[in-house]
Amino acid sequence: MTATVEHVANIGRPLRRKEDARLLTGQTQWTDSIKLPGALHMTLVRSPVAHARITSVDKSAAEAMPNVVAVFTAADLGDLNARIPCVWPVTDDIVMPEFPVLAIDEVRHVGDVVAAVLATDAASAEDALEGVHVEYDTLPAVGDLEAALADGASLVHSSAGTNQCYTMNVPNGDYAAAKAASDVVVSRRFIQQRLIPSPMEPRAVAVSPMGTSGELTVWSATQIPHVLRVLLALSTGIPENRLRVIAPDVGGGFGAKLQLYREEILALVLANKLGRPVKWTETRSENMVATHHGRGQIQDIEIAATKDGILKGLKVTLTADMGAYLQIITPGIPLLGMFMYNGIYKMDAYDFSCTAVFTTKTPTDAYRGAGRPESTYAIERIMDELAAELGMDPLGLRRKNWITHEEFPYTTIAGLTYDTGNYEAATARALELFGYDELRAEQKRRRDSGDVVQLGIGVSTFTEMCGLAPSRTLGALKYVAGGWENCTIRVLPLGKVELVTGTSPHGQGHETAWSQIAADVIGVPVEDIEIIHGDTGRAPYGMDTYGSRSLAVGGQAILRAGEKVVEKAKLIAAHQMEANPDDLEFVDGAFRVKGDPERSTTIQAVAFEAFTAHNLPDGMEPTLSGESTVDPADFSFPHGTHLAAIEVDTETGKATVRKYVCVDDVGVQINPMIVEGQVHGGVAQGIGQALYEGAEYDDDGNLLTATLADYLIPSAADLPSFITDQTVTPSTTHPLGTKGVGEAGAIASTPAIINGVVDALRHLGVTDVTMPATPEAVWRTIVAAQSGAQA
Amino acid sequence: MIPATFDYVRPDSLADAVSALSGGGEDAKVLAGGQSLMPMLRIRLASPTLLVDCSRLAELRGISDDGDAIVIGASTPHHDVMHDPLVMAHAPLIARTTAMVADPAIRHRGTFGGSLAHADPAGDLPTVSLVLGAQMVLAGPNGRRTVAASDFFVDYFTTALEPDEILVSVRIPKLGAGWGYDYQKFHRTAQAWAIVGVAAAVRRENGTIAEARVGLTNMAASPGRAATTESALAGAAANVDAIAAAAAHAADGTNPTSDLHAKADFRQHLARVLTGRAVRVAAGV
Repeated sequence: MTATVEHVANIGRPLRRKEDARLLTGQTQWTDSIKLPGALHMTLVRSPVAHARITSVDKSAAEAMPNVVAVFTAADLGDLNARIPCVWPVTDDIVMPEFPVLAIDEVRHVGDVVAAVLATDAASAEDALEGVHVEYDTLPAVGDLEAALADGASLVHSSAGTNQCYTMNVPNGDYAAAKAASDVVVSRRFIQQRLIPSPMEPRAVAVSPMGTSGELTVWSATQIPHVLRVLLALSTGIPENRLRVIAPDVGGGFGAKLQLYREEILALVLANKLGRPVKWTETRSENMVATHHGRGQIQDIEIAATKDGILKGLKVTLTADMGAYLQIITPGIPLLGMFMYNGIYKMDAYDFSCTAVFTTKTPTDAYRGAGRPESTYAIERIMDELAAELGMDPLGLRRKNWITHEEFPYTTIAGLTYDTGNYEAATARALELFGYDELRAEQKRRRDSGDVVQLGIGVSTFTEMCGLAPSRTLGALKYVAGGWENCTIRVLPLGKVELVTGTSPHGQGHETAWSQIAADVIGVPVEDIEIIHGDTGRAPYGMDTYGSRSLAVGGQAILRAGEKVVEKAKLIAAHQMEANPDDLEFVDGAFRVKGDPERSTTIQAVAFEAFTAHNLPDGMEPTLSGESTVDPADFSFPHGTHLAAIEVDTETGKATVRKYVCVDDVGVQINPMIVEGQVHGGVAQGIGQALYEGAEYDDDGNLLTATLADYLIPSAADLPSFITDQTVTPSTTHPLGTKGVGEAGAIASTPAIINGVVDALRHLGVTDVTMPATPEAVWRTIVAAQSGAQA
Repeated sequence: MIPATFDYVRPDSLADAVSALSGGGEDAKVLAGGQSLMPMLRIRLASPTLLVDCSRLAELRGISDDGDAIVIGASTPHHDVMHDPLVMAHAPLIARTTAMVADPAIRHRGTFGGSLAHADPAGDLPTVSLVLGAQMVLAGPNGRRTVAASDFFVDYFTTALEPDEILVSVRIPKLGAGWGYDYQKFHRTAQAWAIVGVAAAVRRENGTIAEARVGLTNMAASPGRAATTESALAGAAANVDAIAAAAAHAADGTNPTSDLHAKADFRQHLARVLTGRAVRVAAGV
């Protein structure tokens, strides 16, 4: 496939986002703002304990309360109590316990659902929760991953006979030999703490059974309306052709809305059963325990190198927290990282193993980056530790081992083929913007003078993979879905354009970026293009938005659909102008006979001819549209160099990001302003993991960080102005040369920050800090290092 | 996130408010800016049967000069307090500290008196009012009474206010020339509550510290004074070493809570570090 974009006008322009006016002012339709006449409001009785047998449920008081229509337990639902399927059984012998929508006899995490209450208004439904009396016989909580694997451990699912979900080992090369050939071996245990995704809009669902011919319409604050329709049909048995799923404007997802949730199933089956609309909106408190969490891994990392700093091998041993149940792709998240632990580096061997464990906590699943932040953190942290061990500059060690720009395409030790990259160029630009040498000099001054505030420099030279595809690769990984994307472009009779995409934006700015691509391909103004998305009724085919796939995969479908429009339009134009199609050129939306500028027509005029169909070539079908479904050849691999200057107050332990420079190479940029916005948000989120966020549980399995007053998310007031720039190394797996940018910032920034914190304190004997690097954690690390140094 | 049912009244006068409150019994609550009470209602941590909205009572708003003191109306929003010329001239510590309370949106609705009456142990303004020797003016069915800040804060979220009393205003004595001030708030994010806070007011005379007041936030159920440090500072030389020696006693006798945000020993450590910093700033060292 080759691009036909001859006269680039819109791609590459930092256009203001079309969708922002309505999103920023709230003048739009969120799921919660959808009002359905006669709707019943659903609230859920959730377990207040981590693990217990349900000994009785008395719902009589709730049923007698005003405006309450019904209360359903698992027993009441019977066959309608669907199971949530896991669609990524990563090994043949994986343990996949039943995940019923309403808990049957046993609850397994705080927030597990015991009963659903339906009332004619939201306040009554909320009040009625207090009228459902559940008695619990408490069972032991299972929190610690290693204790959960020990003999005699209390079991999350007693029928499984084990807390181990799966274990796997994937050797690449001969690690033992590589280690034997090394002079230096450095090992560390890193903890990827649990994170709570916290999108600005919590989840919500509304279901109307009032569609024509028995159609059920499901509005959901989801990233995946198309996949959701399949999963709802699969889990409830309601035929998919009776389901229409709509994702209206959605306020952020970060992977947390890449899911089939029990509330979606409940609202659907109860609306279908009662013949009335049902609506549920998540509270922020529910969001903390009921929406899936991210990360939650113990990483035992060992790296082996020669004394000159040449990497020989890497060994990664993960213990991954699945939580209480498997959500749709819970077991696969560590695998998404598996391919990336080697980062941008060359080595002879890489041994990966992972053991997945059930706990009595909220299930985990995808969170921005899903596997790649974890792997990037591990490799970028251990590279710094290796550099310290070898007495080398951390960037010097990286340079010795990274893939050079002449070596692409490069097949890594993990078996992926990186399309393109130029780590040298991105790093050089980042160093220039950062003032690396000056900051190193200041660091030395502060160390020498014993300043209370120490300075550290954190480095992260990352890559990641975008666009989960092609489909057959996903099949080989036992992932039960494809990786293609669909687009239809229709030029309407009066020349306006509808672009129907299978991607489902929830903040990414697809309406603007997709318009820019299509405008260039079919030669119409950006403002003449309307993007139709997020509705299986209007955009029937799609695989939705996650994993930085929308542009990487969906962008190819837009391009190809546009090309089909132009191909057909050209035949019509040639027919109208009585010219040979090969003699026509198409520039800026006009077909011209080469060498005869007087003879021309526009694509809008052609669209009208296609509508009237009075004078089309023989055998040509009326209307002007093009559709394409693209299954890409391979992933693409954006990369970048992020540098952080971190100040650490050694008296209080408080770490402050003083300067942050990131040079990202995401290939050709469609809209640089959107790219920059994605980088800003991602970097902030990664800093969140490094310094602020972490889901904390007590020994009884209670979530302690259960409000946003306790689970701290950084705001603009806590962050410096990021200095962003880019290098552009076009992708070879994408006809526009683009890669992806949705997760890059979140993947890159966490290790840059922690490397900076450790670098600030290394002279005090500090070799690691746990995340989040809270003041107390850092202070205790300093105290421990100093007492160790004295001992 | 939907509160339990409650009744709501918005009286037109303080007298009506007091009578509504006393008529409402134990479960009636005063609503001022709502920045603490409303979240508690929404997550049903509090379920009052009656809210008496005092946010628009003119008698409770505004700041005036009363000779040797300034008087801040209890319903004056934080934003107005921190920009008020009288506050900036005679109680700059209040202006400085108020600027650290939450974020601009909250400071436009949240009120000075609301912060004091709410008596969150992590609140900044109770400590500052203690250090400044504030006098709280309360109105109840039997008229008005005045309570010193040192008697006003009783326990976690508990003050000397009776259930049928309303905080009307706060008298802040003007501190004369020679006084310096600082508030050190230690928190993890800009909008977060203080893990520990330290308020210092220091009067210098001829190169020595003549008098020092040091208040601690979140080191106990209510704000307290670092008595040992204060005595050590009185008459001490205004220099780094003397201040450090005194600050080393800032946590003496404290028994702070251990929670998600900090264990007790870290809080005590912070109290010492922050006291040193606050006193240095206040003493101009």
